[in-house]
Amino acid sequence: MPVPTEPARVCAATRTEGGRLEVDLSGEWRISDHPPAWADILGDQKPESVRFNAAGLGSWDTSILLFLLEARVGCKKIGVECDIASLPEKMRLLLEQFEATLKTGGRREQGENLLTTVGLATEHATSNLRGILNFVGECVLSATRFPGRAKKFRWGDCLDQMQECGAMSLPIVSLISFLVGLTFAYQAAVELRQFGADIFVADVVGLSVVREMGPMMAAVILAGRTGAAFAATIGNMKANEEIDALEVIGLSPIDFLVLPRILALALMMPLLALYANCVGILGGMVVARAILQIPATAYWVETQSSIDLTDLNSGLIKATTFGLLIGLSGCLRGLQAERSAAGVGRATTSAVVTAILLIIVADAIYAVVFHALGI
Amino acid sequence: MPIAESATSPARAPSETAIEVDGLECSYGGVDILKDVTFKVGRGESVFIIGPSGCGKTTLLRNIVGLNRPRNGTVKFLGQLFSSADVAARRLLLRNFGMLFQSGALWTSMTLRQNVSLPLEEHTSLTRNQIEEIANLKLAQVGLGGFEDYYPSEISGGMKKRAGLARALALDPAIVFFDEPWAGLDPITSRKLNALIRQIRDTFGTTLVIVSHELGPIFSIADRVIMLDRDARGIIAQGPPRQLAESSTDERVKEFLNREVNTT
Repeated sequence: MPVPTEPARVCAATRTEGGRLEVDLSGEWRISDHPPAWADILGDQKPESVRFNAAGLGSWDTSILLFLLEARVGCKKIGVECDIASLPEKMRLLLEQFEATLKTGGRREQGENLLTTVGLATEHATSNLRGILNFVGECVLSATRFPGRAKKFRWGDCLDQMQECGAMSLPIVSLISFLVGLTFAYQAAVELRQFGADIFVADVVGLSVVREMGPMMAAVILAGRTGAAFAATIGNMKANEEIDALEVIGLSPIDFLVLPRILALALMMPLLALYANCVGILGGMVVARAILQIPATAYWVETQSSIDLTDLNSGLIKATTFGLLIGLSGCLRGLQAERSAAGVGRATTSAVVTAILLIIVADAIYAVVFHALGI
Repeated sequence: MPIAESATSPARAPSETAIEVDGLECSYGGVDILKDVTFKVGRGESVFIIGPSGCGKTTLLRNIVGLNRPRNGTVKFLGQLFSSADVAARRLLLRNFGMLFQSGALWTSMTLRQNVSLPLEEHTSLTRNQIEEIANLKLAQVGLGGFEDYYPSEISGGMKKRAGLARALALDPAIVFFDEPWAGLDPITSRKLNALIRQIRDTFGTTLVIVSHELGPIFSIADRVIMLDRDARGIIAQGPPRQLAESSTDERVKEFLNREVNTT
């Protein structure tokens, strides 16, 4: 049985003829082998010119082009003439193409210096802001058109979305709200027990859940669940030209896609927040009963005495706002998505990040406003 | 030279202008693609926008139908300004044309019947029953009778194109735009679609504007071709395809239209 022979190794031998450095290329040049470095071959030599010969060259691929390109650039740098006339014509053509791509450089990454980076970032930020304002403006216009278009409104889509973001979210909202109530109760119990004020765990849990954590946790869950789904669906529709098809028949994507979704979220969010409040209080009650031995009835009475309608309303106002923000973020990012799978992925991520950011900003604004109003 | 039957359609000799594009300049991603594009399409005329890949055919089409905003220039449909019309005027004009997208662009959450019905729901005051009857008829016209309750994900690429065509024809538009209608179709399905487009033109005298570089349909459907070129960033030739193929002095035009002969 014949033993397979090793291919002749890549070789670039040098010899000097007068002031000229002759580089004899031989062997099998493969991209999987490491090509020799031009700097090593040249060493300390300072020839007047360099000539490449390929008489003993076997098969070759891009690796030899890489080597030759490095050599040509190196020669140019030290002002030495580089003669490739004796190389095969196909190799010379490819080398020229290779050099041309280096010159044009394709589509380089922008922002190579600070000023360019700052300028581009500013332009990006202003265009992003303009996009958001345009979108919000269009949504407001669409809402004003709503009474005249109520018959043509996509009620079916709206109900589907309400089911999707409302009923279908109940399990995860239940779990998270219960755990939040439970955690709050534990934290409060440790401190309040030292003062014999165990019963006030109900106040702490009740107030914090109803005013803050119920709407907030429901909103964060929906931002990740529904906001991302909105962005992915609309982004996919954009990539498949479905949005273009709507525009060509004179149908506004805002009327058709965005408004039903935002309306569904704005209606479902307060209901989900109410539900989250109840489950959160239940979580606190379980801890109070198990750790502090507070009877459920006493806990409930204390909760009722600590929460009034103003607290509940402030939470529901927040929840409605959060719903609008999640819907707007999801739909906006979906409509802004690039027409590719990666673009849809980025839009989905961006929708969640934008929604959570806006929720926190809105919550902070409400905190200041409610404090100023004494609510 | 590709052999195909000669383009003949009723309502030859277009007397009125269906589309008027004047000095259109289009860009994409900040890069100028087309400059000073000017042409007219008569009523009932079948015009192909042709040219090599990347020359701006689809960009031109998107700018004409208002999906992209041109940097400069105007587009008129049936004598009325479209490119800078307000929303209400634009919506009225949109009733006059349909568009078949390259992918079909069917709304995936709707059945084929619902897809075809939507333009009718938006632009007419017909009853639900009447709309459904028209949708069924349009689907039958494109050979999709019996598939009315299928979703786009349940049908083949060729069927999606035909369903897209049924939707484009829902409002019996005066003008239909096609973006690469034969792209990605096998030869038999292509031929069926070709026949369908000819049938629409012959039956209704619909104005057709088709972006494509398929030679067969160009010679069998087009009254006129408008050829774009990437380097020229605009129109380099327009006229009847056979005439251009035989007598154009521009090498690019001759090479494009005679490429089945010049296989090297």
